[in-house]
Amino acid sequence: MVPGFDPHNGRPEMYGNAYIETTPKTAGKSLTENEDPVKLAEFEARIAHGEKIEPQDWMPAEYRKQLIRMIEQHAHSEIIGALPEGTWITRAPGFRRKLALMAKVQDEVGHAQLLYSAAETLGKPREDMINDLISGKSKYSNVFNYPAETWADTAIIAWLIDAGAIINQVANSKGSYGPYCRALERICTEESFHLKYGHDNVVYLATGTQVQREMVQDALNRWWPPIMHFFGPSDKISVHTETLMKWKVKMASNDDMRQKFLDEYVPKIWDLGLTIPDPDLKKNEETGKWEYTEPDWEEFKRVINGDGPCNKERLAVRRKAEEKGAWVRRALIHDNEQYSIPLA
Amino acid sequence: MKSYDPRINRLNLPKEENKEKALTPQENWATFEVFHQKKRGEQHVHVGIVHAPDPDIALLFAKEQFGRRRVTANLWVVKSSEIHASDYDDQDIFSTTPEKTYREASDYYVMDRIRKYQQAHGIEDRKELKRKKP
Repeated sequence: MVPGFDPHNGRPEMYGNAYIETTPKTAGKSLTENEDPVKLAEFEARIAHGEKIEPQDWMPAEYRKQLIRMIEQHAHSEIIGALPEGTWITRAPGFRRKLALMAKVQDEVGHAQLLYSAAETLGKPREDMINDLISGKSKYSNVFNYPAETWADTAIIAWLIDAGAIINQVANSKGSYGPYCRALERICTEESFHLKYGHDNVVYLATGTQVQREMVQDALNRWWPPIMHFFGPSDKISVHTETLMKWKVKMASNDDMRQKFLDEYVPKIWDLGLTIPDPDLKKNEETGKWEYTEPDWEEFKRVINGDGPCNKERLAVRRKAEEKGAWVRRALIHDNEQYSIPLA
Repeated sequence: MKSYDPRINRLNLPKEENKEKALTPQENWATFEVFHQKKRGEQHVHVGIVHAPDPDIALLFAKEQFGRRRVTANLWVVKSSEIHASDYDDQDIFSTTPEKTYREASDYYVMDRIRKYQQAHGIEDRKELKRKKP
């Protein structure tokens, strides 16, 4: 256990799975204590019928809070996720790969815009979200606190991290909040190119020279632990988690998503003759579940709380970008503008 | 801070946040709702929003955000505050619509009446006549 860190005491945690706080400060109390029981029943009936919730609808305070948190952190993950790959644009091998990488990085930033907009419909202005990102108050997916050391790292990120993200996003696109679902559908369509592009890059290296094969194997060795962290630790099943699942905020357990990822991608990695750096990784044919060495959750928590190899660099780069653009943005502000929450 | 990216090393990034440099309210401007027409002849469909200081820049951002990866013929932008919407709480005002079956083509049945009339007056059915032709 990391000193001072209790995973169940309600401190902000960042789970790669669904960016959800599974143990809020109100732990022990009912999530809906102060809610109007009639409105709550209508709200829950609507979700049970498979209908979507729209921004103008009544919703429990905790539903709004968890969604803002989840969508905002997802947006941050897209915008920060553009950095480790963006690093390699100038050194991409060949023009086709350079163009494809630029398109992918631009997509990621576009995804952040779509997600910030979805979060904004719940009442948090975008300026507040960006301030919470650059001050370190709000989290983003932990994997982006690791560096892309070689070109092969960008290939592994584009293939396997994006694969993990797609599994997560496809699940969440069946959630209950209309604007988030709409954004995710569009995002998933674009991600399919990222996945193919990443796979193509990995296959090229894995079927190449001895040096190229070693390069991609090294990258896989470096990225396997963050990939296993990506979906977050096993959920603690609580009344709170059950409520979030009933409200279709959380769509699947962290372990279920990790199993789905392993099921789909371990065979594809093995197809290339690459070695996954976990000697205990195997599918239990009786249970149908993958068995693996438990990832180092101490490291996960340490990195989330700021002590990863790139946390400082990522936030400093983002902060610098905001600072450099400030004079342009401020010059174009209209003094008599009234803030209006976007509709959808 | 030593980065793998030489461009980042050249930035001389400060280690800590300067609180005075936080974004101020409205710094990301107002929002515009974006409507996207895939091709001529089709409807414009709402696809999302952009932040912009004026309609020209809103169209520029909308082109980047919504016309970048999609087939596009035309875009509209309109300030979010200029949209007037009905209230979801009043959704029941629309609920009588399905009961107005007299407005549906499928709610009209005439064949039974025609056949009855034909039988009573010895008129041979056109379809029957066709079938009898060699």
